[in-house]
Amino acid sequence: MKKQEPTPKIDFKSEKDMPLAPYSLGLMLHNFTGAWRNIRPEINLKECIQCGICWKFCPDTAIYIENEYPVIDYTYCKGCGLCAEECPTKCITMVEEEK
Amino acid sequence: MRKVIMGNHALSYGAMLSRVQVIAAYPITPQTQVVELLSEMCADKVLDAQFIKVESEHSAMAACLGASLAGARTFTATSAQGLALMHELLHWASGGRLPVVLGNINRAMAPGWSIWSDQNDSLSQRDTGWVQFYCGSNQEVLDSVIQAFKVAEKLHIPAMIILDAFSLSHTYEVVEVPEQEKVDEYLPPFQPKFRLTPDDPHAFGGLTSPDHYLELRYKLQKDMEKAPALIEETGQEFQELFGRKLGLVDPYQCDDAEIILVTSGTAGYTACVAVDHFRQQGLKVGNLRIRTFRPFPFEIVRDILSQAKKVAVVDRNISYGHHGIFYQEIKSALYGHSPVPVFGYITGLGGRDITLDTFRQIIEETQKNDAPSERISWIGVKK
Amino acid sequence: MVEIRFHGRGGQGTVVASKILADAINKEGKYVQAYPEFGVERRGAPVYAFIRINESPIYDKSRIYTPDHVVVLDPTLLEAIDITKGLKKDGWIIINTDKKPEEMKLPTQFKVATINATQIAIKHQLGTLAAPIVNTGIVGAVVKVLRLASLESVVQAVKEDVPIKPEANAAAAQDAYELVIFNS
Repeated sequence: MKKQEPTPKIDFKSEKDMPLAPYSLGLMLHNFTGAWRNIRPEINLKECIQCGICWKFCPDTAIYIENEYPVIDYTYCKGCGLCAEECPTKCITMVEEEK
Repeated sequence: MRKVIMGNHALSYGAMLSRVQVIAAYPITPQTQVVELLSEMCADKVLDAQFIKVESEHSAMAACLGASLAGARTFTATSAQGLALMHELLHWASGGRLPVVLGNINRAMAPGWSIWSDQNDSLSQRDTGWVQFYCGSNQEVLDSVIQAFKVAEKLHIPAMIILDAFSLSHTYEVVEVPEQEKVDEYLPPFQPKFRLTPDDPHAFGGLTSPDHYLELRYKLQKDMEKAPALIEETGQEFQELFGRKLGLVDPYQCDDAEIILVTSGTAGYTACVAVDHFRQQGLKVGNLRIRTFRPFPFEIVRDILSQAKKVAVVDRNISYGHHGIFYQEIKSALYGHSPVPVFGYITGLGGRDITLDTFRQIIEETQKNDAPSERISWIGVKK
Repeated sequence: MVEIRFHGRGGQGTVVASKILADAINKEGKYVQAYPEFGVERRGAPVYAFIRINESPIYDKSRIYTPDHVVVLDPTLLEAIDITKGLKKDGWIIINTDKKPEEMKLPTQFKVATINATQIAIKHQLGTLAAPIVNTGIVGAVVKVLRLASLESVVQAVKEDVPIKPEANAAAAQDAYELVIFNS
């Protein structure tokens, strides 16, 4: 539920440092997909009923829960709009990124 | 205990004695009885394992991968078209470094639809990164399952036990079934070097950039290169405990042989009868049965074959447009090391019987010609 | 090395007969290899089972083409197929029939033993009247004629291999062992 902090990027200098299998090579946490976004979700917390559906549906796990309310991690949010679509009170709106 | 069991059940007993924890398999002739007996063992609680019912071989291997990644000792069995359907996931097993053990009953690929033996199904999986053991008796099948887990788990590389359709799968032979305590001594529980657990979540098999892929494959090959020594070592240990040898190859009367046959599977046993027959007639023939095909046992093959005047490779398989597959491998092993001429023979496809007479034709033709031609010698084709 | 071919019809338990014989021989410390016809199963069709017996482990994994002896579970097969195909001279033909060996009119280079295994099966209520199960009886006759194993080993093997009516099946093997007609 908490915000995931990217672990330090592992730079494999040698095959000896690498795991046997393609197992948590840690790549995706270093892929800051927030840069892909051209519309951003914004949450009107006054109408939020804390159902957790946005958190559950976010395909990039870019929503975390802080003080019992959802928070969007714009470092990773691609702006797909699934959270806004699924929100039962429609308190999430997709807003154009400022040019 | 001495029991009379069929090859399919030898696989089941091998898996049971190895204390496998998860089995996922889909039935296909001539493998069905492997899975039938294992499911009975699970239902009767003789074997404390999860039996996962699946809808195809592809799913069977997928279930095995998940189980193995969770740290379970995992077994499956299939044949021919079933193995072909698994093909994609065979790469996942080796690439994911998951030591699944698979029993494959050699059955010819369709069409024409066949349930009889040849090796093209398993040899088509040559480059998937699996260890491959070709067995010649039901005893060897049972013993090989136990050894395969030991080798596979040490190296984190999957292993395939391969046996001929009907000639082993449905043939009853006398098998010494080892005692569970001794097998436990030989094969301790699986201690994976990494595993998935909810306590420590990880992503598995994710996008691997060109920065990393080459190194992962380098490591797989380096570990595969360790397998020959490990197979010899675990085979030696097996012999000390159980009195039966499990090596890379099984040479018979090769020391002073002028012609050495290179064989695999049950043909490798019948070849010994041919060797005895020709030796009685004064012709010095030997037989080198290749038990481990992947990794290929280059050194020992070179040592044995370079002593001979002629080598005759008997292939129950073919790489269309090239030659027999063992023939190619033997030639590549000898290239630059020995000038011994290598004759290649193809026979026994689709379950055509390989008999004493087959070997008589092969030995006579090898003896008659000074040098092999590039052309394939087919034995038994009706002309 | 002794090689035997069994003839039966699909569903008669021909393969089980070869398995019981194999188990009995294993109990005597000898080596065996038993296999069915390599193919698909068809109820009622003529089927085969084969067995090799040796003092030491058997290396020949090819099929049996010239058996030393043949065993026939169903006498109607004599008109359907050539049960003597490849059979070696002086080999035994052990056949389930109500006739005596001299009534069989089989080629004289073979030796003939007869056993009414059908009657024995009916007596012990094995199978149904229409389809009596004769395989356990026939094994008793085979070991008597060919001296391959003791009756005790056969009885024990039958009890281990036959899940239904093991005692009645063992008794059938015993009866056949005593009632088989042959001149040795």
